[in-house]
Amino acid sequence: MEVPILKQGEILIATVQAALTDSDLLQLRRALVEKVAQARARGIIIDVTAMDVMDSFASRTMREMAHMIRLRGAETVIVGIQPDVAFAMVQLGLSMGGHDGCRPGRRSGVLTPKFTG
Amino acid sequence: MILVGNAVVERNLAAGVESEIHVPIASDQDVVVARHKGRALATELGFSGRDTTLLATAISELARNIVSYAGRGEIVLRTTHNSDRPGVMVVARDKGPGIASIEQALREGYSTSGSLGLGLPGVRRLVDEFEIVSEFGEGTTVTVRKWKG
Repeated sequence: MEVPILKQGEILIATVQAALTDSDLLQLRRALVEKVAQARARGIIIDVTAMDVMDSFASRTMREMAHMIRLRGAETVIVGIQPDVAFAMVQLGLSMGGHDGCRPGRRSGVLTPKFTG
Repeated sequence: MILVGNAVVERNLAAGVESEIHVPIASDQDVVVARHKGRALATELGFSGRDTTLLATAISELARNIVSYAGRGEIVLRTTHNSDRPGVMVVARDKGPGIASIEQALREGYSTSGSLGLGLPGVRRLVDEFEIVSEFGEGTTVTVRKWKG
């Protein structure tokens, strides 16, 4: 299932619509890393509200994606991690890491976060 | 493929007959199918949203291990019960290369595939019971159980 990517000013918004397979996640990563320069985006918002599971592969792919996007000159914010999903991620020992450019949004559905630098 | 309604599950439990769902695992698409079926079964049994998500995440990890390490195998989902609660039993079975050292595989931070190495110790924390049987060169069977909270 392809994830639609919308451009809103200097921000790209990718809204996950349903459960993603590993290849869907890799496809999303490829698309965002390509589009970030093409769209001259400074920020990427990935809305994962529809993801009912964030396992080790999904969170690793998101972290790598954020790192790649940062190397391309933009920041990534993940919004909409469900409470049960957050609980499972912590039990599993996963994090989104703060150090490599991927940070969770403060509020679900934040549309105009401040992107630094 | 049996996905039964609540009433039927309870009747089956009373009669000591467990419903069983077999999901063949050979691709990343099957990983999604397995965790969706596990979620559906846990929901039928009245698991909380949190426990359902923990179980679905565990199934996702186990199914992915099959794809990554063995290529193919199967996930079997079964309703089960102890003295006072229903639960879901998940058997992840493959005839892959097997695990040379289970002790090492269960240690935090150990991985042979260049992944995070959180696979099995992480899965263990998501469920109530965890068993692993692996014969080097013969395959691996991981059995987990999660009880309704």
